[in-house]
Amino acid sequence: MKLNEIISIVEGTLITANADLDMDVSSAFGADLMSDVLTHARSGALLLTGLTNPQVVRTAEMAEIAAIVFVRGKHPPPETVALAEEKGIPLISARYTMFEMCGRLFAAGMESCDVSP
Amino acid sequence: MKRTEITRVQELIYELKIGEVMTKRVITVTPDTSMAEFREVLRINRISGTPVVENGRMVGIISLEDLIKALSEGDIESPVSDRMTRDVCTVSTHESAIEVVKILSQRGVGRLPVVNEHDNLVGIITQGDITHGLLKAIEVDYHAEEISRYRASHIFEDIVSDRTSLLLRYEVCPGDFNRGGEASSKIKRALTRLGADPQITRRVAIATYEAEMNIIIHTDSGGEIVAEIQPDQVSVRAVDHGPGIADVEQAMQPGFSLAPEWIREMGFGAGVGLNNVQKCADEMNLESTLGAGTRLQFTIYLQPGGEGRKGGQNETS
Repeated sequence: MKLNEIISIVEGTLITANADLDMDVSSAFGADLMSDVLTHARSGALLLTGLTNPQVVRTAEMAEIAAIVFVRGKHPPPETVALAEEKGIPLISARYTMFEMCGRLFAAGMESCDVSP
Repeated sequence: MKRTEITRVQELIYELKIGEVMTKRVITVTPDTSMAEFREVLRINRISGTPVVENGRMVGIISLEDLIKALSEGDIESPVSDRMTRDVCTVSTHESAIEVVKILSQRGVGRLPVVNEHDNLVGIITQGDITHGLLKAIEVDYHAEEISRYRASHIFEDIVSDRTSLLLRYEVCPGDFNRGGEASSKIKRALTRLGADPQITRRVAIATYEAEMNIIIHTDSGGEIVAEIQPDQVSVRAVDHGPGIADVEQAMQPGFSLAPEWIREMGFGAGVGLNNVQKCADEMNLESTLGAGTRLQFTIYLQPGGEGRKGGQNETS
């Protein structure tokens, strides 16, 4: 799924500059626990989270997360945006809850990151 | 080499969006500007044409050619609106460079106004802008990626010893949550430059990041992260000077955590970090003395399958 399709499905707004809207995102992972993201998210996945601190971007960098969606209309602080722009990770903010956001993307055919023990 | 560069240029003319290369500072004139005034605008700005804008809307385009015609007809005092082209072809900011090159040559024009999704004039594009943008993109690509990767990946072949290794040392400050991950980020980049397998690099980055966050969260005097990169493996040591772990076995239990509440609110400290390191690493060793400090060491083989240069596909955790 292209990043611009994702943005329209979640009715989100792009926060970072110079994002590649044609970028293909294969799967998604929703979590507020960064260790879970590091353990289970796939390379190239979309991350949905309610946290906005810079470590979310660091986690995304290490785990090779393609883009981050902040749920419930949360807007990240400037240091988070600056780090994301430096690392080339697009940030999106959208007003829906985590549950509804996941539901919208899943219904649109977004794949889940399979979590094997 | 030559062949790959040509391919990159071909890719770029499709990838490069007009919004990235257009001139954003657009000089415009109004319909009632006289041709004489228009001539001054061209001369001062060293340009060969401008869009004609009335009340924020573009109503035409006027060029040097129109000016020459006006001069030859001795009609230099007439307004721009008498001589401009009204049927203006515009392009959108999302258009690729290749499309715009085609439109420019098909229409035989030198410039095209660029509009956004609301049809507002946001820039102007010429062949020169596209060439300039392409050259810049190639230069950035070439310098940032090719040169550094090429040079770095040959270090182990260029420098010969019985056992060559690259030692990267990073200080980690206690409680510096916002800067956490800088060491891991730099180690990750070093491995990428050295041409390591991306999935193996990802495992090293994740394990190092967990170790780095542990030092930030749990120590009172910080510590050090040392990555020793050898041609066949990376060994990372995360060493701190206290407070140390009372019961190492207990610390390795998934879910056991002594992290304070504020760290948990940040999405960390769930007690799975060390398990995650173990999952990513091929070898791991954790030693700790209460009151003295902790030493976490892990090794990840760079060639899938371990020692040999050949091996099967590596599986990720």
